[in-house]
Amino acid sequence: MTIDLPTIWAGIIGLGVFLYVLLDGFDLGIGLLFPFFDRDGERQVMLNTVAPVWDGNETWLVLGGACLYGVFPIAYSALLPAVYLPVIAMLCGLIFRGVAFEIRAKAGRTQNLWDLAFILGSATAAFSQGLILGTLLQGIKTVDGRFAGDAFAWISPFPVFCGLGLMVTYATLGCGWLVMKTDGDLQRRMRVLLKPSSVVLLAIIGIISLWTVLGQPAVAQRWFGGHHFVYFSPVPLLVLACVIGIFRSADSGHEARAFILMEAIIFLGYSGLLISIFPNIVPPTLSIWAASAPRSSQVFVLVGVVIILPIILSYTALSYWVFRGKVRHDDEGYH
Amino acid sequence: MLETSDVLILSRLQFAFTISAHIIFPAISIGLASYLAVLEGLWLRTGKLVYRGLYFFWSKIFAVGFGMGVVSGVVMSYEFGANWAGFSRFAGSVNGPLLSYEVLTAFFLEAGFLGIMLFGWKRVGARLHFLATVLVALGTLFSTFWILASNSWMQTPRGFQIVDGRVVPLDWLKIVFNPSFPFRLVHMSLAAFIVVATIVAGCAAWHLLKGRGSEGIRKSFSMAVGMILVAAPIQMIAGDAHGLNTLEHQPAKIAAIEGLWETEKGGTSLNLVGWPDMKEERTKYALSVPHLGSVILTHTWNSEIRGLKEFAPEDRPDSTIVFWSFRIMVGMGLLMLLLGVLGLILRLRNRLYDTPWFQRFALAMGPSGLIALLAGWITTEVGRQPWVVYGVMRTADAASPLSSQQVGTSLLILVIVYFLVFGTGIYYMLKMMAKGPDAGDQAAELEGDARQSTARFDRRPMSRATDPIDE
Repeated sequence: MTIDLPTIWAGIIGLGVFLYVLLDGFDLGIGLLFPFFDRDGERQVMLNTVAPVWDGNETWLVLGGACLYGVFPIAYSALLPAVYLPVIAMLCGLIFRGVAFEIRAKAGRTQNLWDLAFILGSATAAFSQGLILGTLLQGIKTVDGRFAGDAFAWISPFPVFCGLGLMVTYATLGCGWLVMKTDGDLQRRMRVLLKPSSVVLLAIIGIISLWTVLGQPAVAQRWFGGHHFVYFSPVPLLVLACVIGIFRSADSGHEARAFILMEAIIFLGYSGLLISIFPNIVPPTLSIWAASAPRSSQVFVLVGVVIILPIILSYTALSYWVFRGKVRHDDEGYH
Repeated sequence: MLETSDVLILSRLQFAFTISAHIIFPAISIGLASYLAVLEGLWLRTGKLVYRGLYFFWSKIFAVGFGMGVVSGVVMSYEFGANWAGFSRFAGSVNGPLLSYEVLTAFFLEAGFLGIMLFGWKRVGARLHFLATVLVALGTLFSTFWILASNSWMQTPRGFQIVDGRVVPLDWLKIVFNPSFPFRLVHMSLAAFIVVATIVAGCAAWHLLKGRGSEGIRKSFSMAVGMILVAAPIQMIAGDAHGLNTLEHQPAKIAAIEGLWETEKGGTSLNLVGWPDMKEERTKYALSVPHLGSVILTHTWNSEIRGLKEFAPEDRPDSTIVFWSFRIMVGMGLLMLLLGVLGLILRLRNRLYDTPWFQRFALAMGPSGLIALLAGWITTEVGRQPWVVYGVMRTADAASPLSSQQVGTSLLILVIVYFLVFGTGIYYMLKMMAKGPDAGDQAAELEGDARQSTARFDRRPMSRATDPIDE
């Protein structure tokens, strides 16, 4: 039996993208929640909860991009022109928020400006990622592996809805993170936010699922053809269970539950996405095999990734472990 | 066709702008990392506090430069697909893996040794800390290795074949160690050292002119001027060897650099200055020296060098640009050599630190390393045109199927964002340099360092610098 490299690589890059959404999602979410909280005290606590980890979280975006280029160059060169302006907007948003994050701590009278840059950067990045996801999900027309669709397909109702949906997802995730990482009044206010946002999130997931199934016969066939739905039905049922769990956790004493359940929802949503498009990497026609680089390129990069990925993973796990526990207002600033 | 060429020009402008803004920061990081390793080595060996003080000071600037380099590099890793889909589709199987290795190397560094280097003074022993600094310095050179392998392959591609209109790698050793790679690696690494030497010298000169001649400032001035004296001539030799290599593999680039149109018989002259005109196919207002072209480019008295007219008009790089970018680079190099020699003379007369005209010269030369670096890259990249992969794929076939509105919009956004963000970053670095190495109290640095690293696992490069930005 020969090892199918494109499948292995699809797994690695899929894991990278998943980790990115899982990890950077909550710190982008904090940027989205930022405007609703008081400038001096609460915002600093919110930032302190992610200060040690946010830049590591973005590692996965760069690694995912570089590996996609090296291993699936056809997918990389077909996808990026199709979502050109959203990608540029996302990158600029991430630059702004990253630099604002660092400089805010060193700023005095200009702090308001950096706060604004942090908020707008986070919102732009989250919305653009949703646009990219929505454009990918609605299908990108390729001819002979080259992008041949409408350059502005991302300005249509479905991707825009996905953009807003991802903003809500990240904000809810950020909310769950802060319930876990803070206490007192800030935690109480986050709990209050949790209920409405999780209900909106459920509605958004439902609408996106229906929209995809109704709009794309191939996706409907994948989910409902034959006995497929019997195997796939746990996905939507578990999403429902998670939302109910989050809703109830808002009134209980559980502190980590909402965050863990939100991460589970993201995992389920991501699984749903993969069920809908696999083995295509750029739906509706470009499969992972058609998009692959030659075998020698895939083997060459795999050697490096097999050595370095475990190191990055353990380092990431270690930094979350060291940083476990609550962050309080009276904690020493550590910038 | 008009639409396509507009997209091509805008995409090239955008790439040139974003990569020029990017390269400033890695060049500073590469050079400073090695300088820091030297400083720490000297501190361990002599026990003199002045070296440790300089280490603390420059490591903060290193940290900000490193952070800026990572942030601006993210854009590059997506631009290849976004703007150059034709290229990444064709050659992504070679360039993508080399870029992936660069990213992996950088993250490997950031995951481990960088944290120890920036925040670990009290957590690990002196020797282990020194080891971390050395590994970070080596790591930045490894990153350079991969990026230059990728760039050099585009200049002198080897080790592949083309199957169904796409590059298939055959031999990774030949791909990485392609003919121009060793020369480019040496030339660029030395350039990064020189960038930092000129910046350190300029910074120290500014403080000396302000009358702040403490031991740290004098020591860094002496080290930097000495480094320039040693590195500038070596860089000239390396550049000369690189030129011979280019003449062998990219003769049209050399002809364009020299504004040479005809293949001159019995010895080639050298245009010192002039204005190459691509339409009239001649170099106007040329001031030339007979035989000097042969002497410099082939090291013989009368060897022939092929003029631009031997290449079809559609295969010629833009001579007007590379003629001047090359002369700016060489001019900076000659001025650096002058700086180094004058520094030696003053040093022998014990006047190195109290000669204001020399300090003003060193201050003015502060950005000369960066100017030479950018001019050099413009020369080699514009000189590669009209090819994106030399002799294999034309730049015109490399662009993405985008509209000029899209690329025009993105260029505008990127220019604004870059000036705001990296302008702030550079301002912050200059502000720290203006404070100088004496502003920080070493004991406080160690204490703050210990608090930072034990209280919190806060190891982001940019959180190393704690100076206020707007006071």
